[in-house]
Amino acid sequence: MFNPYKVREDFPILRRKINNYPLIYFDNAATSQKPKQVIDIIKNFYETHNANVHRAVHTLSQEASELYEQAHEEVADFIHAKGMEEIIFVRGTTEAINLVAYAWGLRNLKKSDEVIATLMEHHSNIVPWEILSKMSGFKISYAKVKDDGTLDYEKFENLISKKTKIVCVSHVSNFSGVINDVGKVAKIAHEYGALTVVDGAQSVPHMPIDVKDLDVDFLAFSGHKMLGPTGIGVLYGKGEILEEMEPFQGGGEMIREVAYNNKEGHCVIKWNDLPWKFEAGTPNICDGIGLMEAVKYLEKLGMENVQAHEGMLTKYAMQKLLECKNVEIYGPKDVSVKCGIIPFNVESLSSHDVALFLDNYGIMIRSGFHCTQPLHETFKLKSSARASFYIYNTLEEIDRFIEVLKEIEQA
Amino acid sequence: MNSVDTYVARIEETCGEEKDFIVLFKYDKKDEAITKILKKSKKEKSISTIIYELTYNSISFRLYATGKAIFRNLKNKDELQKVLAALLT
Repeated sequence: MFNPYKVREDFPILRRKINNYPLIYFDNAATSQKPKQVIDIIKNFYETHNANVHRAVHTLSQEASELYEQAHEEVADFIHAKGMEEIIFVRGTTEAINLVAYAWGLRNLKKSDEVIATLMEHHSNIVPWEILSKMSGFKISYAKVKDDGTLDYEKFENLISKKTKIVCVSHVSNFSGVINDVGKVAKIAHEYGALTVVDGAQSVPHMPIDVKDLDVDFLAFSGHKMLGPTGIGVLYGKGEILEEMEPFQGGGEMIREVAYNNKEGHCVIKWNDLPWKFEAGTPNICDGIGLMEAVKYLEKLGMENVQAHEGMLTKYAMQKLLECKNVEIYGPKDVSVKCGIIPFNVESLSSHDVALFLDNYGIMIRSGFHCTQPLHETFKLKSSARASFYIYNTLEEIDRFIEVLKEIEQA
Repeated sequence: MNSVDTYVARIEETCGEEKDFIVLFKYDKKDEAITKILKKSKKEKSISTIIYELTYNSISFRLYATGKAIFRNLKNKDELQKVLAALLT
C-alpha cells in the first residue's frame, strides 16, 4: 500500500528546516527532490564503476557501459517503448525538443509547411520552432485553449491541414496541470500525415505512460522532475523515424566509421546504431544511471499509486483553496482532468509576494510565468503562484499551506 | 567592495513586460541590511513583521524579514543599483 510517510523517509532533504519551519516542498513541477537511493547510486558509481562507456576493453568501462545501457532499457520499459534503440539520453526536455527541431525540422520543413503548437506549451516547445521558422520560413499556428484552460480540440482540428508537418503538444500543462488527450491529437495529426512532438515533462513523472498506446512520434521528458538528477533527460522517438533521421550533433560515440578518402580528400562517415547515433561525445553516464534508479523507485511505488496519491492531494488542496475568499484559481476546478498542479493568485498581492510570504514559513512554491507567457497572456495574468505536488507530499502539508495562505489573506 | 556587493547576494529579474526585481540579501548580512533599509526608508505598512511596505524617494518596495525585497516599476537594473546603494550605505 502506498504510504507517503514511509516514502518521505527516503528523502533526506525533507528533514530540513527553512526559517525554523519544517520544509514543505510544493515546487515539484519545477524539479523534484531526490531519494537516497538515487543519491547513493551516483556516489557509488563514482566510487566504484567510473569509466567512459563503449569501445574500451577494460573492466571498469565494461561495467559503466553495461549500467548505462541498462539505464536506457529501464527507461524504455517504463514508457513501454519497443526497446532502448528508441530512447535517446539528452540533457532534458528542452534539448530533446531541440534535437527534433534541428535534426528533423531543419531538414524536412519547407516554406510552404506548417507547424501547430498549442497556447499552453512551455516555452521549450515554442521557441525552438519559432527559431527554425525564421530560418526556414514555415508558418506556426497556435491552437487556443478554452476559458477553463483545457485545449480546444475543435479549434485545433480547424487549424490542421495537409500542410501541417509537426504538431507540438504538452501532455500535461505545466501551468494548469490540464491533461491533454495526446492520443487523440496524434490520431488527428497522423490522418494529415503530421508528426507529434509531445512534451511529457509533467506527465511521465506522474502517471503511467504507454507510448505504443498513445502512438505519439516523439516524447520528451526530464529526469530531474521524476526523482532523477539534473542534466539528464530523454527523447523517445519511434524507431523507424529515428532511423531515417540524420544526427543532431557530430562527434565521437555517434559514428561507426570515419574513413579518410585519400583520393577525394574528405572523410566518409557511417553513423552508429540507435540510440547512440544521437548521443554525440561522452554522454552523461552517471546521471543516466541515476535516472535508472529513479525509474526503478517509481516503478516500485507503482505509477497508478503515484497518480492516485497526487489526485487525492490535488482534490483536497482544490477544495481548501476554493474556500479561501481572496484566492483565485486558474484552470479547471474538476481535478479529474488535471494533474497535481494548481495555479492561483491572492487578491491585491503579486505572485512573488505570495511566494516570499510562504517562504518565510518554509513553504516552497513557484511564482512568475513558469515559462508559459502566452498562456498567462491568454488568461490576462501578469504572473501566477503555483503549487505542485508529488509522492512525498501529505494532507497535513496542504493544511499548513492553507493556514499560511489564510494568514496572507487576513494581512 | 561597495555597499551593494557587501549586502546583496543576487538580483533576480522576473520575465514579462512588467518586470519586478527580487533582491536576495546575503544570509549572514541580511539582518544588517534590513536594519539599514528600515532606517532609511518610510514604513507604510507592516504585515506580521514578515513584510514591510516601504517607500524611498517615491519608490515603493516590499522588504521581507527573510532577507529578500521586491522592487517594482523601476526603469532598469541601473536604477535599482542606485537605489540599493543609497539604502545600504
